[in-house]
Amino acid sequence: MSTQENSQKLISTEVQVDERTHDGSADTVVSAADLSVYYGDDQALSDVSVDIPEKRVTAIIGPSGCGKSTFLRSINRMNDRISMCRVEGRLQFNGKNVYDDDVDPVALRRRIGQVFQSPNPFPKSIYDNVAYGLRVQGKADDVDLDKEVERALKQAALWDEVKDKLDSFGLDLSGGQQQRLCIARAIAPDPEVVLMDEPTSALDPVAASKIEDLIEDLAETYTVIIVTHNMQQAARISDKTAVFLTGGELVEFDDTATIFEDPDDQRVEDYITGKFG
Amino acid sequence: MSTETQGPDLSGDELQGDRATDRNIKRLLFGCASITVLTTIALFLVLFDNAAGYFYGARIWEVLIGQESFRQTVSFSEFFTGTRWAPVRAPPAHGVLPIVWGTIVITVGAAFISLPIGTATALYLSEYAKPQNRNRLKPILEVLAGIPTIVYGFFAISFVTPIFVSAVGALFGISVGRYSMMGGWIVVGTMTIPMVSSISEDAMKAVPDDLRNGAYALGATKYEVSLRIVLPAALSGILASYILAISRAIGETMAVSLAAGYQPQLTANPFEEIMTMTAYMVSLARGTSAVGSVEYQSLFAVGLVLFVMTLTANLFNDYLKRRFQEVYR
Repeated sequence: MSTQENSQKLISTEVQVDERTHDGSADTVVSAADLSVYYGDDQALSDVSVDIPEKRVTAIIGPSGCGKSTFLRSINRMNDRISMCRVEGRLQFNGKNVYDDDVDPVALRRRIGQVFQSPNPFPKSIYDNVAYGLRVQGKADDVDLDKEVERALKQAALWDEVKDKLDSFGLDLSGGQQQRLCIARAIAPDPEVVLMDEPTSALDPVAASKIEDLIEDLAETYTVIIVTHNMQQAARISDKTAVFLTGGELVEFDDTATIFEDPDDQRVEDYITGKFG
Repeated sequence: MSTETQGPDLSGDELQGDRATDRNIKRLLFGCASITVLTTIALFLVLFDNAAGYFYGARIWEVLIGQESFRQTVSFSEFFTGTRWAPVRAPPAHGVLPIVWGTIVITVGAAFISLPIGTATALYLSEYAKPQNRNRLKPILEVLAGIPTIVYGFFAISFVTPIFVSAVGALFGISVGRYSMMGGWIVVGTMTIPMVSSISEDAMKAVPDDLRNGAYALGATKYEVSLRIVLPAALSGILASYILAISRAIGETMAVSLAAGYQPQLTANPFEEIMTMTAYMVSLARGTSAVGSVEYQSLFAVGLVLFVMTLTANLFNDYLKRRFQEVYR
């Protein structure tokens, strides 16, 4: 019964997506074209092509080692931090190939936020954690920092819990609060895209469900791309789903409802229904 | 009641031999650990006993067996406030300040060289260097740390002072002798760089990569990550390396006596010869001073002061570590 409700909801979302597409508001923000990534001789992604729409939640699912996180890191060029890593093909952010010679990864990352698998707040106060991005990006002087910190914490649904202790240590918060702090930190500089790499996998179910609710809200303002192991999570919160399978191949990309109810590819169906992976 | 028949035999009777071995191993390890403690206590007693002979004309044990009695030979006020140090001249002068000053000025000057350069080296190795450069530089630093200090002394006498310090002195129209305070700074500073850089680098490497990734993903540059994330997070380890380098500089003997010289004087002129406490001790402790003589016992008085200075540095280190311990996980 609940499955049916769920699919009902997903289908209605799909209709909505279509409408917005006709409005022309769901533009492509991130698009990959024949993107391949290698670590030394190992190929982690092979010829991935995908158009990720603006202000939607796009989930990336697939078994371990299928290149989900590699794909995420290639969007904001965090792969640059891994020596031996080599990228072929194109990855466009608002139409610009981020692997062009004239792209500074620092400038790119200032427009794409990221939330990591386990909460990684800096060993600083809550306030300084949220303000960090604005400060390193030189925006701290142009904006009302207090206001921006408050805005980010509110967007991350953390404000009410921490407003009286902004000076206390970020690491003193609970795991779920730390992760929401990291989300606040990522969105404080007002990026266009927020990348999330299994943001709830280190959290208990209650904390995880708070983050899931939050992610749906974030998609009103930001384009969210989330890697997840958890298929129920992908089904619950995403508008679009990309399924990667072993070998770094993007097997199918479609509306989430379609992926979970009527996938084209037999391997996707097998994976979704738990036959392997 | 029927313990023999019910359940498995868990009495462990067959383990008797293992348990004996366990107890013996524990005794052996405890014995080894106590050696250092006993040595420290013995060292302190010897220092204290002989220093008593310097100030009061009698060793503590001599008084205890009633052979001698205490009579003040050197007053504390002369020792700690006098500005002339010449315990073996006639008339003798017992002001320890000139050689304490020598040690402090060398330590501070050396710290100005080793702390910034060592920290910068550590940051380079930990954050900036490509793996191949790192692998090339690290062994060189380790060699630098392993050179006997007397060799640094030769380096000071044959190169640093006659060529480098003399050239700098010439700029100010000062002719530099064989020994100079500046030579001491350079030599002691250089030899403690590897200590700062290798311990600081370990501390920086221990900062979780998650923190760096978090900052890089926010569009931080390498410089900002190094300065605002890695450096504060590694601070306790970095401070520990500073204190170790400073303790080493305070206790440094051979290189500093060959570089800075043997002339106890309260001077701030970096081109002049000075004497550190260690240089005084090494110059006198070559076996010519008779046991029980004033110069013999003055060695222990100076040694006790040195001991207190390094002990203070170490306690300060512990305090700083507790105070600035960065908790990152």
